[in-house]
Amino acid sequence: MSEWSKALSGFAPDAAAEQTLSGNYGLQLEDPLLFEQDAPGRTGVDLPEPAAADRLGALRREGAIGLPGLSEPQVVRHFMRASQKNYGIDMGLYPLGSCTMKHNPRLNEKLARLPGFADIHPLQPQSTVQGALELIDVLAGWLKALTGMPAIAMSPAAGAHGELCGMMCIAAALEARGEQRRRVLVPESAHGTNPATAATCGLGVDAIPANERGRIDLAALKAKLGPDVAAIMLTNPNTCGLFEDEILAIAEAVHAAGAYVYCDGANFNALIGRVRPGDLGIDAMHLNLHKTFSTPHGGGGPGSGPVVLAASLAGFAPLPWLVHDQSGFRLIEQAEGPPAQTIGRLKGNHGQMGMFVRALAYIMSHGADGLRQLSGDAVLNANYLLARLGDALTASYPGPCMHEVLFDDRFLRDTGVTTLDFAKALTDEGFHPMTMYFPLVVHGALLMEPTESESRASLDRFIEVVLGLVARAKTGDGAAFHAAPRFTPRRRLDETAAARKPVLRWRKAPAAAV
Amino acid sequence: MSAVKYTRDHEWIRVEGDVAVIGITDYAQTQLGDVVYVELPELGRRVAQGKEAAVVESVKAASEVYAPISGEVIAVNDALSGEPGKVNADPMGEGWFLKLRIADPKELDALMDEKAYAAFVEGLH
Amino acid sequence: MRYLPLTGADRSAMLAAIGADSVAALFRDVPRAAALDGLLELPRAMGEIEVERALERLAAKNLPASTAPSFLGCGVYRHHVPAAVDHLIQRGEFLTSYTPYQPEVSQGTLQSMFEFQTQVALITGMEVANASMYDGATACAEAVMMANRLTRRRRAILAGDLHPHYRETTETYARFGGFEIVAREPDPAAADDLAALVDDGTSCVVVQNPGCFGEVRDFSALAAACHRAGALLVVVVTETVSLGLVKPPGEMGADIVAGEGQSLGNALAFGGPHLGLFAAREKFVRQMPGRLVGATVDAAGRRGFVLTLATREQHIRREKATSNICTNSGLCALAFTIHLALLGEVGFARLARLNHAQAVRLADRLTALPGVSVLTDRFFNEFTLRLGRPAAPVVEALAQRGVLAGVPASRLWPGRPELADLLILAATETNTEEDMTALAEGLREVLG
Repeated sequence: MSEWSKALSGFAPDAAAEQTLSGNYGLQLEDPLLFEQDAPGRTGVDLPEPAAADRLGALRREGAIGLPGLSEPQVVRHFMRASQKNYGIDMGLYPLGSCTMKHNPRLNEKLARLPGFADIHPLQPQSTVQGALELIDVLAGWLKALTGMPAIAMSPAAGAHGELCGMMCIAAALEARGEQRRRVLVPESAHGTNPATAATCGLGVDAIPANERGRIDLAALKAKLGPDVAAIMLTNPNTCGLFEDEILAIAEAVHAAGAYVYCDGANFNALIGRVRPGDLGIDAMHLNLHKTFSTPHGGGGPGSGPVVLAASLAGFAPLPWLVHDQSGFRLIEQAEGPPAQTIGRLKGNHGQMGMFVRALAYIMSHGADGLRQLSGDAVLNANYLLARLGDALTASYPGPCMHEVLFDDRFLRDTGVTTLDFAKALTDEGFHPMTMYFPLVVHGALLMEPTESESRASLDRFIEVVLGLVARAKTGDGAAFHAAPRFTPRRRLDETAAARKPVLRWRKAPAAAV
Repeated sequence: MSAVKYTRDHEWIRVEGDVAVIGITDYAQTQLGDVVYVELPELGRRVAQGKEAAVVESVKAASEVYAPISGEVIAVNDALSGEPGKVNADPMGEGWFLKLRIADPKELDALMDEKAYAAFVEGLH
Repeated sequence: MRYLPLTGADRSAMLAAIGADSVAALFRDVPRAAALDGLLELPRAMGEIEVERALERLAAKNLPASTAPSFLGCGVYRHHVPAAVDHLIQRGEFLTSYTPYQPEVSQGTLQSMFEFQTQVALITGMEVANASMYDGATACAEAVMMANRLTRRRRAILAGDLHPHYRETTETYARFGGFEIVAREPDPAAADDLAALVDDGTSCVVVQNPGCFGEVRDFSALAAACHRAGALLVVVVTETVSLGLVKPPGEMGADIVAGEGQSLGNALAFGGPHLGLFAAREKFVRQMPGRLVGATVDAAGRRGFVLTLATREQHIRREKATSNICTNSGLCALAFTIHLALLGEVGFARLARLNHAQAVRLADRLTALPGVSVLTDRFFNEFTLRLGRPAAPVVEALAQRGVLAGVPASRLWPGRPELADLLILAATETNTEEDMTALAEGLREVLG
């Protein structure tokens, strides 16, 4: 990670930067912060003034809160202008590796807003929400079938929350066996959430190295297995975009040592309809509905991270459980009688219903045939990038890759251009950059995941630009790359200053107003 | 000024009587990039050789600083909380991290001198 | 398939460029024994109209609050969301963007998060807030873990009227994280003396305001007792709108506030996605979980925003991170921010007064019924009734009459006979006079 910090260091203002009188640049319109547009007494919501009522005694708030007063047109304009400073998958290629930025169908948004799904309360009588429970059951059925796993926990709120759920189930299963296993093996290429999750579960992390083919080193793994190992947390395909081709042997070795196999399902988009994790010896895996199943990322969330579980872990699933009997669908919200092995509750209520509706709409739209086609197209698109860019960029590993392709910065050696500079130059060309400096197993990583949503023409345009930038970098024009991006709503930002003297909120005092 | 010794984790240590001053090397600060925060130990804490004594952070990285030798923390460089950039500007001087009361001077023997460290860094490229 | 742009001709040409015979050949690393040759026995693709019909059929089997008077609360509240909110959050640039790791092309998200952090800090009376958590319950668990790190202690005391989902979630985290929870008995009268339990092993006391039974309290004395013992006070707020009228946690001496922000901008949505709020004192910021946005300048000298203090987070710090959270509730936070921006100081305070007045009116009407009493002395927009008979069947009977009456305490605290006849009700600005009449009349008949 220090490669990344190093590339960000030495922030230099551009004294010659061109300025307009207004601060706007064509259609890029500036707007002061909400707090800078305050007019006392103004509001954008008309509400009746209620009759006086007081059952609060002395517990009323005294003094003003400090919220600004704006009218509706000001608020609409403010957030409209803000939105236009963002890049989104609706606008173009968003090749962030390991993030699966695919098209977000608007049908999903429409259906999630049906009052029958959006306007029901999680605690209203279950007899009045049978359709909602049925929807969860139908989605759960699809996810179990697609993964070949017998059980599922629907409540986790995101991928990392799903990891926590899966690892807690594993820890509980070990506890039930009366075993003290506190070590979790995590490949060096893993997402940061994996080791962080293990630590949240009170488990220690032991890194396992990759072999020269970018996969888990089976011999090194076997050497690390022992009676204190609780689990391995692997990602398949891994974050180098490679299928762990020794997965069956890995799972066998892990199981033989009495440990469990947790799979980070962030990359399930490569496998859907082509291989089932249940057939690979996986004991638990989360699914990111906001990656594989197209629910929108929304600038960082919300997500949804259901966890599929092997039979050996099913009894440990978190509450609530959804059951279906003669009387219909029913949520079990409390452990009912011994032996209740559940890990307990992981969040409020029953899960991310709004995401469930969207994911099910997406799955039904594709069907078994479309899902298999989409993983094929996702892998085809990534391999197309590898084939067309492999000579100009340095591919870290030979193909075929899966749904994403990893390059490192050897192609930039002696150009004075860093991975960061290269990514910023791409931004000027109208593309969102690829994932940078991740995974940590190669130097200056550039990880590209085009997804199945890109047409060949879209990929060709991207490829031409990347090849052009490589050629430009090799001409020695490092300064132009350092100055990039120049045409985005903001130029490079001083991240060092932001971290040294954090300004985390607006304050009225002039000293804090940046 | 007495001799400065170095570790393989890129800490430097300068002995002043029974006290050792500790910081990170110029090579280390270059590799880290702009230092934005330094987490220093509380006074009086006893640290063991090779164990974490401080943390130095840049924008996208955090690195442990290990105690080159064992000892009791008797001073920390409070100026770094306001101006962590001193670690970049003057790593061997104003950018020092902490002072230890040396527990066992013999631990110093295993550390590298300036020439050995220079060769060690050279070998990293 | 309408979402897949590649044509058969594209695929052939691309395979040729790759030098592969078939797409299947690209999957050669998958063990033969595990590879699926054909399609799974699952339904085939559907057009938009068919999917819409199928899901509308499921939606129609539910009883939404838009067609039935609804008085449910307990952590999830039905408020009116202005139309502009949904319009703006559905802008593709907000909806379909990733976490803002590339600040130059993510200023819309970053600036909005900065405004969100400011709003949350202001309404809670705290110094700093993060860019959101999954929901209130997980925010509560994270608050306890943060208090454990700050105090280097491992025992948290949870008030008896903390929402049971929050308590249970925190207990789950504690069981595996290796810390201790002292959970007090549910207490509608809120008479528990928590200060007496605080000692030098206590990392924090977690209270909820208003409590899960609706009671509003002042925790200033408890905060002082915690601080004397070197412990922290965590205040949970499940109804954000209360902060427009009730003395905020910051003014009571809270160290950390964990809240649920669904009330502003977000639908009931059967319980999710919702919005975890997390605020704290500024001196604790390096132990906070989750993302933080900070202000800075760009190379042209203009104000801009970046994710900052990222060395706390999992993608940098890995097993030493303050939390494993990555994805948060970004779009729900945006909806919150837009809704609160529309309300402003005047609108937010009036909305809170309106909610309070509605609840007072409802409580007065319902206590006029024979055998029904209000247990809650001081409340905001939610209170607890004692019905004199088990509440769950009453609620079920009212649902059959098309009235969603409230949450029977037995739903949240099953197996506690002493709570079985308690009904927790909330009233908001969305309830009409007719709604209240329907509830009062229905309750009169059912209790008969």
